[in-house]
Amino acid sequence: MLNKIYDWVDERLDITPIWRDIADHEVPEHVNPAHHFSAFVYCFGGLTFFITVIQILSGMFLTMYYVPDVENAWKSVYYLQNEVAFGEIVRGMHHWGASLVIVMMFLHTLRVFFTGSYKKPRELNWIVGVLIFCVMLGLGFTGYLLPWDMKALFATKVGIEIAASVPFIGELIKVLLAGDATIIGAQTLTRFFAIHVFFLPAALFALLAAHFIMIRRQGISGPL
Amino acid sequence: MSNNRVSRRQFLNYTLTGVGGFMAAGMLMPMVRFAIDPALQTKADGDFVQTSQKVADLTEEPVKVDFSYEQVDAWYTSEVTDTAWVYKSGDAVVALSPVCKHLGCTVNWNSDTEHPNQFFCACHGGRYEKTGKNVPGTPPLGPLDEYEVSEQDGFVMLGKKIANTRG
Repeated sequence: MLNKIYDWVDERLDITPIWRDIADHEVPEHVNPAHHFSAFVYCFGGLTFFITVIQILSGMFLTMYYVPDVENAWKSVYYLQNEVAFGEIVRGMHHWGASLVIVMMFLHTLRVFFTGSYKKPRELNWIVGVLIFCVMLGLGFTGYLLPWDMKALFATKVGIEIAASVPFIGELIKVLLAGDATIIGAQTLTRFFAIHVFFLPAALFALLAAHFIMIRRQGISGPL
Repeated sequence: MSNNRVSRRQFLNYTLTGVGGFMAAGMLMPMVRFAIDPALQTKADGDFVQTSQKVADLTEEPVKVDFSYEQVDAWYTSEVTDTAWVYKSGDAVVALSPVCKHLGCTVNWNSDTEHPNQFFCACHGGRYEKTGKNVPGTPPLGPLDEYEVSEQDGFVMLGKKIANTRG
């Protein structure tokens, strides 16, 4: 049945080459843990992406209950965690995944560094990787405020003060992040929500696409 | 007339680029202005807020004064309580903000036994002299902010936060 549907679509749209381009590629022996167990270090990039997918999915579902408003944000988080079935699990996935994605990204960076994979001709992919790292830290920073509890509020106060210490434009960055010159409040929460849920994920998708297109075009770097 | 004749292809390229640029600008301009509005809003001068601290009761020793006011945060209005460290310096009344200039923690007066008569921030050991001047070698890079002070019916009135004028 599925085969028939596939053939029906393929006959009209010729999708097999597209599928081949995406999924059918060489996995050299030196990156395959089945050949050398130590090659598991080459899995960290894929694991980062896997956890990123979990973050995107769990985040999408969290917004079904979450409200980015000073009156209701904390209550909505409390409700979705304690009253909604599996709420603790879904929020837990997003909470723990957020830390894990940083860990995996760090290990991936170490692997790329110690195998020298950033060298010519892969410099651009390293740069894009660093940008992804920045976007991920931004996602962590903006997401931390959203539960709107004491820890979130004061962490953001400190974070915004750090941003404000940038020479010359620090004050401007602070106002643009907080939405107000003096208050970390209603406008900060909506801004951080917008940045966390729309702006940074959009940037992340574009950068991830560039990252993957480049690795596919250049192939995995050779053995040490 | 210049001898560089504009070809039909060039003309269309210029026109399309121009029109496209206008359309892009027409879309982006409102959104960008919308996003940066907080940075361009002019802040109304803060009114003075009355505290429950009598000027006559003040000494040279800083005391913690809590004061409440109605804070308008865009569409959300709430009653907010803030704190100031208030003392007399000669005839003048000084009110310092307790917000550490390092990373925004709250400083206390005389709470570090090793360094008496200083403001102390428990987070990273930032210290300030009584004037609010930061002690060199501790994390803060500037003096504590000051509140504008006035007096009404014998009570201390606090205005908006300004940069320290004494440190």
